Amino acid sequence: MKAAVIVYPGSNCDRDLAVAFERAGAEVTMVWHKDTTLPAGLDIVGVPGGFSYGDYLRCGAIAAQSPITRALIDFVHAGGHAIGICNGFQVLTETGLLPGALMRNSGLKFICRSVGLRVATTDSVFTREYSDGQVIHLPVAHHDGNYVCDPETLKQLQGDDRIAFTYADNPNGSVADIAGVLSENRRVLGLMPHPERAVDEAHGGTDGAAVFRAIAGLVEPA
Amino acid sequence: MKARVQVMLKNGVLDPQGEAVRHALGSLGFDGVEGVRQGKLIELDLAETDAETARANVTAMCEKLLANTVIESYEIEIG
Repeated sequence: MKAAVIVYPGSNCDRDLAVAFERAGAEVTMVWHKDTTLPAGLDIVGVPGGFSYGDYLRCGAIAAQSPITRALIDFVHAGGHAIGICNGFQVLTETGLLPGALMRNSGLKFICRSVGLRVATTDSVFTREYSDGQVIHLPVAHHDGNYVCDPETLKQLQGDDRIAFTYADNPNGSVADIAGVLSENRRVLGLMPHPERAVDEAHGGTDGAAVFRAIAGLVEPA
Repeated sequence: MKARVQVMLKNGVLDPQGEAVRHALGSLGFDGVEGVRQGKLIELDLAETDAETARANVTAMCEKLLANTVIESYEIEIG
């Protein structure tokens, strides 16, 4: 399995994400924001957490316009898989690859702790190793994780079974407790919690490892 | 030519920062503040000299980058 991890100025979870992919057996290439093409033969692109471009304008807004993100959009439109974590989720919503937006947490505080998450669907390459309704624990670390979308979009997400994870105890005011959503073709996942920070016993938990094991089983390259 | 873009959260989108400011004003003794909405003001210096073209350009900038139209609305002032 071949994965690429995008590195924007201000990304800070890029190496953690690369390690999580590698542990699952992937061959990982880091790609810089100024690159205009992704490596050939990729199975998946990871968009990491952090504070790309200093969160200027809006979280993820500038990254969504960078050259490598244009290549990512083409890759996804060609049927490629992508996972965006935390700031990566914000970037994916800013590109329009995922619906909705992430606003300031309703309590206004930066939240940095482990949270309970319900696996809302196992029908995706990212969540298929979990069981439906399973509660897992992953760290969150964000100031802008309050997921919002219009009522029609929410209905569509619910009707199409595209909500991947929900918070067991909503920490940030997200609509319908949403912690992660899938694209229409189910090949793009965006989520605020950090599965890559829960893949080793030393992390305090390994509940995130199943996401990368599941991705490693990808057999249909774009 | 100058342009000013005011970006605000859409009506109906809860503004947690505005709410916090409202509470803070209340605790300072400023009674009667019934609502606070917080937005952004962006000033642009444009080479363009035709107001209509400038407005069209800035509208495109808002749609593509300056505002996230999922949650934000914008108003453009030219000149």
